[in-house]
Formats: sequence, structure tokens, C-alpha cells
Amino acid sequence: MKIAGHRVPVTVYIGGFIVLVTLIVILFAPWVAPYPQTKIVGGVWDLPDAHDWLGTDSIGRDMLSRLIYGGRTSVTIALVATFFTMLIGVGLGFLAASTNKLVDSILSRIVDVLLAMPILIFALMVFAVLGTSIPIMIATISTLESTRVFRLARAVAMNITVLDYVQVARLRGEGVGWVIFREILPNALPPLIAEFGLRFCFTFLFIASLSFLGLGIQPPAADWGSMVHDNAQAISFGGFAPLFPAAAIALVTIGVNLIVDWLLSIHALPAGAGAEV
Amino acid sequence: MNQSARPDETLLEIKGLRIEAGVSAVLVDSIDLVLRRGEVLGLIGESGAGKSTLGLAAMVYARAGCRITGGEILLSGKDLRTLDAAGRRAMRGVRVAYVAQSAASAFNPAMTLMDQVCEGPLRHGLMGRKEAEANAVALFTALDLPSPQTFGRRYPHEASGGQLQRAMVAMAMSCRPDLLVLDEPTTALDVTTQIEVLAKLRELIRDHGTAALYVTHDLSVVAQIADRILVLRHGKMVETGTTAEILTAPSSPYTRALVAERQAAMSGQGIAGAPRAATVLAVEDVTIKYGNLTAVDRVGFLVGRGETVAVVGESGSGKSTLAYAAVGQIEPADGGFRFGDALLPPSYKSRSLDQRRRIQLIYQLPDIALNPRQTIGDILGRPVAFFEKMSRAAVRARVAELLRLVGLPEDFTVRLPGQLSGGQKQRVCIARALAARPELVICDEVTSALDPLVAEEILKLLKQLQDELGVSYLFITHDLGTVKRIAHRVVVMLKGRMVAEGTTAAIFDAPPDDYTRKLLLSVPEMRTDWLDEALERREIWRAGPAPAIA
Repeated sequence: MKIAGHRVPVTVYIGGFIVLVTLIVILFAPWVAPYPQTKIVGGVWDLPDAHDWLGTDSIGRDMLSRLIYGGRTSVTIALVATFFTMLIGVGLGFLAASTNKLVDSILSRIVDVLLAMPILIFALMVFAVLGTSIPIMIATISTLESTRVFRLARAVAMNITVLDYVQVARLRGEGVGWVIFREILPNALPPLIAEFGLRFCFTFLFIASLSFLGLGIQPPAADWGSMVHDNAQAISFGGFAPLFPAAAIALVTIGVNLIVDWLLSIHALPAGAGAEV
Repeated sequence: MNQSARPDETLLEIKGLRIEAGVSAVLVDSIDLVLRRGEVLGLIGESGAGKSTLGLAAMVYARAGCRITGGEILLSGKDLRTLDAAGRRAMRGVRVAYVAQSAASAFNPAMTLMDQVCEGPLRHGLMGRKEAEANAVALFTALDLPSPQTFGRRYPHEASGGQLQRAMVAMAMSCRPDLLVLDEPTTALDVTTQIEVLAKLRELIRDHGTAALYVTHDLSVVAQIADRILVLRHGKMVETGTTAEILTAPSSPYTRALVAERQAAMSGQGIAGAPRAATVLAVEDVTIKYGNLTAVDRVGFLVGRGETVAVVGESGSGKSTLAYAAVGQIEPADGGFRFGDALLPPSYKSRSLDQRRRIQLIYQLPDIALNPRQTIGDILGRPVAFFEKMSRAAVRARVAELLRLVGLPEDFTVRLPGQLSGGQKQRVCIARALAARPELVICDEVTSALDPLVAEEILKLLKQLQDELGVSYLFITHDLGTVKRIAHRVVVMLKGRMVAEGTTAAIFDAPPDDYTRKLLLSVPEMRTDWLDEALERREIWRAGPAPAIA
């Protein structure tokens, strides 16, 4: 099969399958999950059996159900945060590239300052001051991650603004809005779509790490990061419990990455070489 | 190797060569050619004809994505296709050497020229370091490079384009190959530099008895150096013969068209200067600086209504800078442009909508002048809607009219630029400029990226549009053939200064200054004896007062 004239390798099918199944399962969680997420159905860290397919967690709730509901939280927050990340990063990046040097310098220096700080430490600092809630988490992550997107968006837009067709629009007297949305954006989409996937992976892992540190989503709502944290002790007792949410995190990240790799490889091809590789 | 060889011995024989790319594209199809020792074969064709691909095949090299799928490549009777990787490596550079089009990007910027020229003989173990260096100096001398003893110590950025191209020839000749593959070696050079490189190249090839495949799109250039010519089109051979046969009695219609185009380019006398009408654009002592560098130095001339003024100069003469300043993309440091009665504000940002509308610019490369994600309908519709504030239906009708005007079918509105050929794209660019109903169109090298036959069509179209619409052109170009065919008046620029200005006929008949004379003398003509004559004339010109050229 081909998409937009490019051959689709097997890895993309695997990645697509993982992402699709994840989406369906978390979208229809109440129908798919065997139990409600907070219902206690067995003992502490029961091993997997016919009754609880993946066993139970630290207070006897069904692991599979929590995994399904937890995916809802983890994936949704990561998606929303990535969306805002892209919005801020691409918006400001394009603005820096297509207005004047002063705007570019100011924005770029602010981004440099933010980039200089380790993202996790900075986030911990913000949470310490503002407390942890889902909106604050999304705002903090989007702001911090958008600095990475800004760099890419600015570079991509810079390469396009020097092309003659953008000059034609400018000389005609078109405004910044037209130049950004009509001339630059359509030509910058392929690398930005790949970046969306990549940023999702980073955001997703970042949220999982925050939750693991106990700073993310608060109980009793389930999410994969905090599930690893809560069940970590089970390892000492020979249980599998923390492995399931950890595997889920890895699986989704890998699935998205398989697709992103392909998107990036298309983008990296020299012009005109598309069809054969 | 050469000295012992019999002169008429067959060196290279290619039989039924087929080169494919991807699954179905055939780049070169059933080509046969024979090259004897010391003979130069010109490979002529337009872009995409497969001439470079064929040239590289002489070294059994196919570019990424291409495969040699059939035929034999016999060098001294041995099929190169049967060689393994080590065998090919031993052959390349030693027996067959390659000279690329752009020497500037073919050299390693971190190594001195001497190291790069000596690399071949040293790596192949043909010479010791001392011997290789002496050999390089001898080649530098033969190629007339400045101070040959020390030239090799320079890095690529310390040499000019023409010097680098000659250094690349020295590199290719360093192992004394039997066969040189020259891929458009003078195309990227200015005409006055081209003549030097061409002369030295020919001398060297003759002295060493090297055979060569000379790939080019320019019949006038190949006429100076090739013994025989092979014309290619769409990967197939159109015809082959001696240089004189091809130039004077071409047998196929395609070759005839190519030769006729070249002849037309050389014989034009400009458009007779009608009495000058009202001035459209006055360039008034414009000076443009990039930092401390003066790119344009006090240039001033007039463009009349319905008139074509060509600005001619070599790279770095400031001619394009002048064009960008006229549309307000670059601001002059001093002087300005007067349009009609009003002085134009220096930046396009402070010009009125009407001032922006009346001057339009057409760019050199249609590939990057059209947004690849917009349909032709959108590309042409936007300026119409922007400048004239018309209804949707009126815009559609105007777009259809514009397409008709530039000779494109109306159903092109739904196409994307990627689905058009180079010539068609340039027509769309012209239509976009006309969409604004301009009084002055600035054409920045609009034909230099196109194949000769396509370029000729574009020139015809521009002339026809001028007759119909009465628009004026400011024509920026380096090609004197183009000037002869289209311009009423000529402005000659050298290093930012205007050295000559006048009617086309006057400038060509009696060039008023040394540089213009040199420029005119350097344009290759399509006769086999032109180079000798030009060199001779130049010697006389160098020695004393310049003779008027016929």
C-alpha cells in the first residue's frame, strides 16, 4: 500500500495497530473494562488469573480495568499538552521567522533561557510554587516543551521565507497572517506533523515520570505513571503488578515512534526521491 | 599510457546502454557510441536528456537511485560492467576522470588545492609526493593559473570560480587518464572566464592526447572543442556526426531547431530604437551597499514606455541587486527610483498599493517562485483579487484570460506547480506579474534556468505581450544573445558601476569601452574556428588599441 506516493513499511503497520487499539480501548473504557476503576475486587497484588486477567493492585483493584482507565487519563493529558505545545511553539516560531529581527531576537533569547534549564527541575519548581493540578501541569509542560518546537518551527519557516514565492506575497503587500497561514504553513506541515508525534512521546513520558514522582494526577483516578509508583513494591513480593503499566507506557511510546520514524524518513528524503525508497 | 597508444585505436565503446531509475523510468535507452583515442565527443541535449547520466556511465557510475540495467561499456575492449568494486576503484580517476559542473562545491574546503590535486596519484600509488607535486605545478602552469608554484597552497575559498574549475581539470588530469568526462565544465562561469577555461582545457586535452566526453547544453561551446557531437533527447540518441556536419547540416528536426535557436540568438540585432516615449522608470544615481561593500555605485538610466532595457553584467556586477532595489526589497543607500512623476519610497513597505501594483518582478527560478501547495488558480487569482477587489466570478474570468494570454490551457487552474514543466511554470510567473496590470515588469534572468528552445518561446511570449499590452521591461541578464533578441537599449554593468549605456545596435556595433568589447568578444559563436579567432583578437586587443568587431 502507498500513502501519498510513499511505500508504507511493516513497522508503520505495527505502530498504527498499537495506536489504533490503544485509542479504541481508552475511548470505550467503560464498555471494555471488566470492572469500575475504583472497585476493590480481590486481595493485594493477586497474580493474574481467569478472574483478574492482569491481577490486582496494591489495594486489590483490578489491574486491567485500572490500566484501561489510566490510559484514558495519561493519553488524554499528553494529547492536550502536546496540542498546546505545538500551538505555542509553531505560532511563536513562525512569528519570529516572518516578522522582523527584533521580534525574532526577543523570542529566541527567551527560548534560550528556558532551554538552558533542565525541564524536570523547572517543572518541579513550578509545582512547588503553584501546587499540582491538571491545568497547571498542562500549562507548565506546554510552555516548557514548546521551546523545543519553537526552534524547529522557526528553522523550517526561515527556510521557506527566503523562497521567492514568499517574497512575491510580501512585495504584493500581504499581511503577516496571509504569509504565515497561506504561504509558509502549508509547506511546513510535513516536518511539523512528525514533530507532533515526537513531542507526544516526550510529553507522555514526562507526565508518566511526574506521576511516578507523585506530582502528576492525584488518586483515586488512575494513570500509568502513578500506577507504576503505587505498585512498585510488588516486585519485592514476586508480583508483576508494576510491569503492566510500565509496559503500557513503553508500548504506546514505541507505537507512536514507529509512525513518527516513517514520517521523518519521508521528510528527510531529497526532493524527487520519494517514490522509490 | 598515451604515448605508446596508436592514435586511431578505439578507447571507449558503449553498446546498447540502458540506465533506469526506480521501477519504470528509463533515463538512457539503447545508446551506442565509439570514442577513439584523443577524440572529443560532445554530448548535447536539454535538461533530462540523460547526457550527464551517460557521461557518468563511462565510469560505470550511476547516481543514487539509478541503475545500469543493460548494454556493455568497453574501455580498451574490456567490459567495465564486469569489474568488481576494487577494479572499478582502480579504474576511476586513473583511466577515466571526471570534471564536475560546479567546482566550488566539488572541492573539500578544508584541504589545500595541492593536497586535493595530488590525492589521486598518491592514493593510486602512481607517484611519490614530490613527483605528484611537480606534476600538479606543471598542470597549473599549463592551465595558466596564477603563480603556479604557490597556487596549490591556497584553499578553495581563496580561488575564483574560473580558477577552481581549472584546478579541477588539473585534478582530473593528475593521473594522466585516457578519458576525461567533462560535465558542463564552463556552464557556471561568466563568459569572460569561460573563454579562458575553454582555451586552456582544449590545449591540455590536445597536448596529452586525452579523449573526452564533453557534456553540455550549449552548441556554441561544444563547437570549439568537440570533434564529433552526439545529440540526445529523452535518453535516446537523436543523431550523431562530426561537429561541422551537426552545425551546418543537421538532419533531424530536433537538432535543426537547436541550431536555428542558437543562430537566431547570435544574429539578432536588438529591436530598433523607436523614438523614446514617456519615461516610466528613472533610475537616479542609485547606490546600494551591503555593509561596507558597494554593490551598486551611482547607476542612472531611463526606461521608456513600451521599451525593453536590458541590464547586462557578469555575476557580482550588481544587476540583480538593482532589480531588487527597484521593487523595494532592498533599500538604496543613496539615489532613488522615480516612477512616472513620483519618487518611489525606498522600501516596498512604505509604497502605496498602486505603486506596488505598477512594478512587478519575475524571478529567475520558477521552481521556487510558485508556492508548491497552491493551485495555479489560487496563485493567479490572489493578485487579481488583491489589487482589483473583484467578485469571485470576475476573478475567475480574469484568471482564464491571463492563462490565455500566456498560452496555457484554462484547465491549468486546478493544477499544482509540481505538475507543470519548467517553461509552463515560468509562463505562470509571467501571468502572475501581468495579473497586476503593471506598467513595468522587471525580469531577473527569467530564461537562464530554462532549456534553450523553451527559453526562446518565453522570449517570444514576452515580446508579444509587450506589443499587445505596451508594458515596459527591465531585463536583467548575463546572456548577450537574449539581449540581442529582445532589448531596445542596453546598460552594461561591471562591479556595480555602469560602464556603457545606449541602444542595442549602437552597443553591439561599436562597443564604447574595453569591458563591453571584451564581453562581446567572449560570447561563443557556433563555428568551429571561433575560439581561435577570439583568442587572436583578444591578443591584439590586449596588445594595443582594440579593433572594432565585425
